[in-house]
Amino acid sequence: MMEVLSGLGTGFSVALTPFNLMLVLGGCFAGTLIGALPGIGPINGVAILLPIAYGLGFPPESALILLAGIYYGAEYGGRISSILLNVPGDAGAVMTTLDGNPMARNGQAGKALSLSAVASFVGGTVSVVLMSLFGPVLASFGVKFQPSDYVALMVFAFACLASLVGSSPVKTLIGALIGLMLATVGVDANTGVQRYSFGIPDLLAGIDFLIVVIGLFGMAELFHLVESQVRGRLSTVPIDKSFVTWADLARTKWTILRSSLIGFIIGVLPGTGASVASAVAYGTEKRMAGAGGANFGKGDIRGLAAPEAANNGSAGGALVPMLTLGIPGSGTTAILLGALLMFNVTPGPMLFAQRPEIAWGLIASMYIGNVALLVLNLPLVGLFARMLTIPQHYLTPLIAILAFIGIYSIVGNPFDLYMIIGLGVFGWILRKLDFALAPVILGFVLGSLFENNLRRALSISGGDWRILFSTVDSLVLYALAVAVVVVPIWLSRRSRRFAAVAEDE
Amino acid sequence: MSKFTSLALAAAFAATLALPAAAEIDRPECIAPAQPGGGFDLTCRVAQQGLEGLFDRPLEVSFMPGGIGAVAFNMFNTTRTDDPNAIVAFSTGSLLNLVTGKYGAWTVDDARWLATAGTDYGAVIVRADSPYQTLGDLMAALKDDPASVTVGAGGSVGSQDWMKAALLLKAVEGDPRKMRYVAFDGGGEALAGLIGGAIQAYTGDIGEMSAHMDGSLRILGVMSDERLDPPFDEVPTLKEQGYDATWPIMRGFYMGKDVPDEDFQAWVAVFEKAHASDQFHKAQAEKGLLPLNLSGKEFDAAVREQTRQLHDLAVETGLIAN
Repeated sequence: MMEVLSGLGTGFSVALTPFNLMLVLGGCFAGTLIGALPGIGPINGVAILLPIAYGLGFPPESALILLAGIYYGAEYGGRISSILLNVPGDAGAVMTTLDGNPMARNGQAGKALSLSAVASFVGGTVSVVLMSLFGPVLASFGVKFQPSDYVALMVFAFACLASLVGSSPVKTLIGALIGLMLATVGVDANTGVQRYSFGIPDLLAGIDFLIVVIGLFGMAELFHLVESQVRGRLSTVPIDKSFVTWADLARTKWTILRSSLIGFIIGVLPGTGASVASAVAYGTEKRMAGAGGANFGKGDIRGLAAPEAANNGSAGGALVPMLTLGIPGSGTTAILLGALLMFNVTPGPMLFAQRPEIAWGLIASMYIGNVALLVLNLPLVGLFARMLTIPQHYLTPLIAILAFIGIYSIVGNPFDLYMIIGLGVFGWILRKLDFALAPVILGFVLGSLFENNLRRALSISGGDWRILFSTVDSLVLYALAVAVVVVPIWLSRRSRRFAAVAEDE
Repeated sequence: MSKFTSLALAAAFAATLALPAAAEIDRPECIAPAQPGGGFDLTCRVAQQGLEGLFDRPLEVSFMPGGIGAVAFNMFNTTRTDDPNAIVAFSTGSLLNLVTGKYGAWTVDDARWLATAGTDYGAVIVRADSPYQTLGDLMAALKDDPASVTVGAGGSVGSQDWMKAALLLKAVEGDPRKMRYVAFDGGGEALAGLIGGAIQAYTGDIGEMSAHMDGSLRILGVMSDERLDPPFDEVPTLKEQGYDATWPIMRGFYMGKDVPDEDFQAWVAVFEKAHASDQFHKAQAEKGLLPLNLSGKEFDAAVREQTRQLHDLAVETGLIAN
C-alpha cells in the first residue's frame, strides 16, 4: 500500500507540472473531438498523433501523457455522435446508441449527454483506482485466462446478447447470425485458408470492425434520414435544456458501479475491449432490471449509463497488462506500446522499478484526465445538444462527409468506401424489415473472438472438447450464462403465479 | 527581380543540387501495408528516422492494410507500378506469402527490391519454470511425439511464424502436420498464452524478447547462423546445439517494377549513404532490429535467394504442391 501511495506521489509530481497538465487537458479535448467524429476512434486518433508527439521532441513521459489523454478523451467523445445522431463514433460506443439516441429523440439530449459524462467519469475513475491498487495481481490473472476460458466468456456474452431480444427473437437471432457470417470473411486465422474473399485482395484481412459499424449504423442512418426528408416525415427536435438530476444519479448509481467493474475486468483480459465490455454490461443490467426493464432500448437511463461506465472502465483495464507485462490488451494499447518502444521505454515487469516517473506519471495523468474530461464536458453539453437543431439538409451531408473522410483516412483504400455504402444499403434494408442492428454488430465482434478461441482451445487439447469445461473460471462463466437466461424467465413466471394467487384470493 | 531574391533563388537551386538523391523524388513516402503499430509500421519508421535529412522533406509514412500485404502488392502491380516516390515495407513473411500464392499470380519478378531496414531472427522461447530446461529436452520430446508439446505463435498455419515451428520438427525429421500448433493473433497474444500456460513453447522473434529479459522466460535458442550481439550474446544458436534450423526475418523495402532506373538508383544511393550512418544504426536498434545492411543488386540477389529457399521449404512442409 505504501508503495502505491509513494508511487502515486511520484506520479502526481510529474503529471502536475504546468506543461504536463496542459498536455493532459489539450489531449483530452482533442481526444473528445476525435472520438466524436464518426469513423475516427481512439485507435486512429492515437496512431495519427503518435508521430506528431514524437516529432515535437517531448520527453517520453510528456508524450505518453498526451497520447493517454487523447485515448481517454476519444473513449469519452465516442458517445456524443451515438447519442445525438445514432452514429457510433467508435466500436465501444455501439451500445450507447440503444438508449442514448431514443433519449435524445424524446427531447432529453442534454440529460443523456450529461448522464453519460458522469457515468464515463465514474467508470474511468473506478478503473484507474483499481489499476493503481491491484494492477500487477490482475495482470497475472489476465494472462492466466486460457483460450477455453475465453470461449466461456463469449458464451456468457452471447447469453447477455439474448437479453437484447426485442419484439422478435427470431429477427435478433438472424441478426446475430448475419454478424457471425460477416466475421468469417477473410483469411482464416487458424489455417490461413481464404474464406468468402472471392479473390478480392481487399477482403483477405477480413472486414474491419469500423467499416461494419460505420456502414451498418452510420450509412444506414443517413439513408433513413434522407428517406424521411424526401417523404416529409422528419420531425424536428425541440431545443432541450434538460440536464442530469440527482434523482437520475441515485437511480443509476449501482448500475454505474457494477458496469464500471465489469468494464474494468473485461478490459484487463488481453484481446477483449470496450465493445465486449459495454455489451456485457448492458445485457447484465437489462437482465437485472427484470420486469422493470421493459423500457430498455426506448430511452432508459440505466441502458445509457451501463455501456458508458463499462467502456471507460475497460480503457483503464486495458492498460494493466500493457504496463505490467508489456502485452497490449487492445488495438489502442498496442499503439501506446509502440509509442513506449519508440521512446526506448520497455514496458513489462521492470517498468515500475526502472522508470517510475513514466509508469506512475501516466497513471496520475489518468486521474487528472478523468476530472478534466468531466469538467470539460458538462458545460459543453448545451453546445453539443444544439447540434440537433442544425437543419437536416446541412447535417446529413456533413455526417456523410465526415464518415467518408474518417474511413478513408484510416487506410487510404477506396474499396472501403464502397464497402460502407454497400453495408449501408444492407443495413437500411434490415431496418426496413424491423431488424435491430446491434445484434449484428455484436455477432460480428463476438463471432471472431469465439471462433478463434474455440479453435485455439481445441488445438491445445488435440481435439478433446472436455478442455472447454476444465477450469473453474470457465465453469463459473457457464453458470452465469445459464443464470442470465433462466433467472428472468423464472422470475417472471413466479410473479405471474403470485399475481394469479392474488387474483384467486 | 531584386538582387536579393535572385541570390536566394540561386542559393536554393544550389541547395537542391547539393542533395544528389532528391532530384526526382519530391514527395518521399513509405507505405506500411498493415494497420498502424505493427512490424511494417516499425519498418517504415526505421526509414523515416534513418533517412532524415537525406531528402528535402521528411519521409511520410502511410498505411495500406489488407491481406497481410496483398492489397499493397496488388496496388503496386496495377496502378502505381512506376511511382518514383513510394517505397513499400515488406518482410520474409511477405515473401512466403508471395511464394505460397497468397498474393495471387504475382512473382518475385513483379517488384524492384530496394534495400533492407534490418533483420530479426526466430527464437524458441519457454517459461523459466518449463520442464524443457534445454533445447535438447524440447527437441527430444518433439521427436518422440510431435503432438506432445503445444507450440504456438502469432500467425496461422502456413505463416512465417508457423514455419519456424515446422522447421523445428523438420530438424528432428518429424512431420510438421502432426504438430500441435496454436495460432494466436499476433506476437503479443502468443506471449500472453505462453506466460499464462496455454502453450508450452513459443516460436517468436528475438527482437521482441528485449522487453522480457527479466528472467521469467527462457530463450532456448536463436535461429541465426552465429551468436548475436549483446544483450543476446548468451543465447546459443540452434545450429551450435546440433539442429539445422535457421530463420532470418529480413525487413526491407520494394518499389513498383516500372520505376525508372534513374529514380531507383537515386533511392539505392540514399540507402547506401544511410546504411553507413550512425543515425540509421540508431533507428534500427531502437526498433528492435539487428543490423543487416544491403541495397541494390546485392539486396535483389538476397531476396531471390531467400525466395528460392522459402519455395523449397513450402514444398517440403506440404504448403504447396511444387
